[in-house]
Parts: sequence; structure tokens; C-alpha cells
Amino acid sequence: MNITIDYFLILSAFMLGAGMYGFFTRRNTLAILISIELILNAADINFAAFNRLCQTGIEGYVFTLFSIAISAAETAIAIAVMINIYRMLKNNYVDELDTLKW
Amino acid sequence: MDYSQFLNMAPELSLLAVILILFVADLFMCTDRKSGRGILNTPLPVVLLTLHTLFCIAPLVCPMFSAQCSMLNAECFGGMYVSSAMALVVKAILNVGTIIVFLTAHEWLKQPEMTNKQGEYYILTLFTLLGMYFMISAGHFLMFFIGLELASVPMTALIAYSKRSQESAEAAAKYILTALFSSGLMLYGISLIYGTTGTLYFDKIAPLMLNGQCSMVNIAALVLFIGGIGFKISLVPFHLWTADAYQGAPTAVTSYLSVISKGAAAFVLFVVLYKVFAPIIDQANVLFFWIIVFSITLANIFAVRQNNLKRFMAFSAISQAGYLVLGVMGATPQGLTAIVYYLLVYMAANLGVFLIISITEQRSGKLLISDYDGYYRTNPRLAFLMTLCLFSLAGIPPFAGFFSKFFMFMAAFKAGFIVLVLIALVNTVISLYYYLLIVKAMYIKPNDNPIAPFRSDGYTRFGLGLCIAGVVLIGIISWFYAYIDQFSFGL
Repeated sequence: MNITIDYFLILSAFMLGAGMYGFFTRRNTLAILISIELILNAADINFAAFNRLCQTGIEGYVFTLFSIAISAAETAIAIAVMINIYRMLKNNYVDELDTLKW
Repeated sequence: MDYSQFLNMAPELSLLAVILILFVADLFMCTDRKSGRGILNTPLPVVLLTLHTLFCIAPLVCPMFSAQCSMLNAECFGGMYVSSAMALVVKAILNVGTIIVFLTAHEWLKQPEMTNKQGEYYILTLFTLLGMYFMISAGHFLMFFIGLELASVPMTALIAYSKRSQESAEAAAKYILTALFSSGLMLYGISLIYGTTGTLYFDKIAPLMLNGQCSMVNIAALVLFIGGIGFKISLVPFHLWTADAYQGAPTAVTSYLSVISKGAAAFVLFVVLYKVFAPIIDQANVLFFWIIVFSITLANIFAVRQNNLKRFMAFSAISQAGYLVLGVMGATPQGLTAIVYYLLVYMAANLGVFLIISITEQRSGKLLISDYDGYYRTNPRLAFLMTLCLFSLAGIPPFAGFFSKFFMFMAAFKAGFIVLVLIALVNTVISLYYYLLIVKAMYIKPNDNPIAPFRSDGYTRFGLGLCIAGVVLIGIISWFYAYIDQFSFGL
């Protein structure tokens, strides 16, 4: 069976949709972070698949590598912020983050 | 490899040198030696940054340095990094803004519980500035993305700077989650561009996009890209983090967030629209029309009902961002000049307001607009200066804010967006109302328990002097506009 670009695009679009859904519905900040990782990985899959099947060169692969490294850095600092919140509130649900409003 | 091309990125290298010097100084000046700390807290960063700014603008103002002029129009690393005169002007403006923010931060960092963390503040701030430099000079989406993230990741650490404050932590959580979400969406948009054109260089994308086979995909990419950058500029559908992050962050960080990162992002938005999305600029304009209308109007409505001054300034900033993006419409050279000029003027006025908010917060701990009732009786000079800055923000004629808005409207009008200019004009009047609410609180409303009279420190005075000079003089002296204008063609 020949795997065409469509399969990759459908997979990445599904991951993007799942990530966005999770971002808006989840109540735990860590779950929100996981949803965001889904979105970032969807973009990475797109880059790699486009590069493998449609384009020449290695620009897409290089971009994927950089984007993985950057999202790791972002996740690290996001988790640092969440640990700080956990120390103060003893949980990390977004419902509790309501001192700043309107 | 030709190593001499590194010389074309002299502003970045010199900023990196400033960061390293500050880092080493922070390491080796121990806390208990008080004299050493005194230098580190504000004089050293400000002096270094001033030297760096002079170095940046040397090739622009002084023909003597014409040898350096290769820096003005050069590409390095196969077009990844593009330096232009306009980018250099924007970098110089951001530098001046950062210097004023450092002057704002002095009193806050002087507190006993902050003495251990002083150096980190300067280094983190300068790293976000470095990220903005890369973003401004990017010629490739990878460079742009790295710059954007380098600008937003240390920013999170800055917002969460007050470690014991729950508000600060909450603001940082809201900021980082929305930042990650929007950068994820933007990354997806960039991947779509890569899929249709096969390249990520700004200059090469537009001709490949012209064949129009995948126009729907291109529009999707445009929408996702605007989502990412609109978050940085805090335009309306992506503005929800703004008020919370502004209120929770320490005031010195808020002033940095409100002007510097916003200005860099607006400039980059213009560059990308002008270079990359030129074939589908009509669709972009439809999008921007509604974004601007909602940004200006919604922010104005919400600003009227605020009582916290920092939150109020957040909504004011969203509304000002709407005006800032007005120059992006049509992507004309005149629009670019208007954006950079608007940025300069807005910086002077906004940082002036934040200087006064910060010193008042440090001296009295009061942040609510109702606390400012009777401010004129106790601190007449500060009240007067704040009034000047607010008038400039609202756009009242003798001050620079009027001229910046005028040029902005003129650029949008010439590009043919007459209805939009009309809506923006009506909103200017509404914004005058809520800026005057603060003036009214300071001058007219009686208060039994006003903020006690206080003396501000030398750094705040110096910063205020710079801001007021900007507010009064930039508009009247037309040299500024003409000077910026000569670089706007050709980009």
C-alpha cells in the first residue's frame, strides 16, 4: 500500500482539532499543556511529511528539530510556573485561578 | 564559510555583549558589598544600553561610519537574517524604551527582598529584547519563530517574578498557556505555507504563492499566522491574556510588556504581510478590518469600567494596538512610517504613565483609580505630568499623540479604508472620555484620604523627563517623522 500525503494531513488535522478541543475544555493546567503539545506535534508532523513527500531539501526536517527543542523549553517554563502555583494553592485547576477577573 | 557576515548583525552581537557583561557583573558582585550592588541595580545596565544604542544608530546618523553602511542593507546566512535601515531604527526605539523601563524598575528592585534577584531582571529583559531583534531582522520563518519564542519565554519568567505573589503566578500561567497555544497555531500555519510553496524564505514565498492553486490553504495559513502574531500585539480575539497579565505582573514588567514587545510584533507583522502575504493582501485586509474594529471598540468599552489602573492601561493598550495595526492595512510605505512613528510616540506617553504608576505604587502601595482622587492636591507635579501623558495617549492636538494618530489615519485613508478611519475616529472620542476619567479623579474629585505627598527618586525623574520631552517635542519637531520616512521605501 502506498501511503500518500493525505494520510499525514488527516492525522495532523485531527491532532490539531483534538488539541484545540482539549485546550478549551480541560480544567487541569497539565492537561491543557498536553493539549498544546498535541497542536505543536501536529505542526511537526506536517513539516516532516511535506518534506518527505512533496518537497526537496531538508528545510522541513530542520524546522521540526528546532520546533521540538523550542517547545521543550516552553514546556519547562510552563511547568515551573505550575509548580509555583501548586505550592500556593495545593492544586492546579484553572477554576482556582480566579483572583484576576474582568 | 565567510565569518565576516557576522559583522552585519552588529546590533545583536553588541546586545549579547551587554548581556554577558551584566551576567558576569551579577555573578561577581556579592550581595553584602553594598557599593557594588548600587552600580548593578541601575547605572550599569542603563549606561551599557545607552552605549549599545549609540552603536546601533551610528551608521544611521553619522556619515563618518559609512564603512558600516553595509549593515544597512545586507543579508547574512543565505537570507536568514536581513538587516535594513528601518529595522535599525525600530531597534533603536526599542532600546530607548528598555532604558526607560530600567529606570522604572529601579525603585522596585531596591527593596530588601529583591536584592538577590536584581541581576536576573535585567538579563531576562535583555534576552527578550534580543529575541525581538532577531524577529525584526528575520528573513526566514525559522529565524522569525525562534525570535518570537526567545521574546516570549523569558517574558513568562518576568511576569512570574514576584515569587510569593499569587497574582503574579496566575498571570504567568495565563500568559504562558495562551502564548503556547497561539504559537502552536502559528506553527501549523507556517507548515501549511511550507507545504504549498516548499520554501520558508520571506522573499521566495510570494512568487510561488501567485500560481493560486492552493489559495484556500494559503488563506488558512494567513489566518493561523495572524492568530499567532495577534496574540503578541494583543488584538481582540486573542486579547484575553492581556488584562490579567498586566494586572498580575510587577509594574516594571507590565510597562515593558505594554510597549516594547507589542511594537516589535507590529513591525514584524507589517514586514511579513508586505513580503510573504502580498498576493493575498485583499483577504488579509478584510480580516484586519474586523480585527481593528473589534480591538478598538471592545477595548474602549471595557476600559471605561475598570478601577485598577494597571488593568485600565491594559485595555488602553489593546485599543492602541488596534490603531497601531491600522498602518498595516494596505501595506504601503506610508503605513510603515506611521507604524514606527506611532510606536515612538506611544512609547513615550505610555512609559510616562507607567513611571508614575510605579513610583506611586512603591511609595504608597495604591493602584486603584479611586485611590488617585485628590492626587493633584498632594502631588501636583506628578499629576500634571500624568495628565500630559494621558492627553498624548488620547490624541489631543499639541501633544505627539495627535500627530501619530493623524499620520496613521492619513496612511489608512490613502490606502482607501475610509469607513475604518471613520470608526477609529469615533473611538478616539470615546477613548478621550476614559482617559479624562483619571484626570478628573486626580484634579476634581474630593478625597479625605489622598495619597500622601512623596519625593520620587532621581531615576524616575530622569525617565519622566525623557518621556515628557518625547510627548511634547516629537510631535512638534517634524524632523522625527521626516527622518523615519526616508527609510520606509524598499524595506
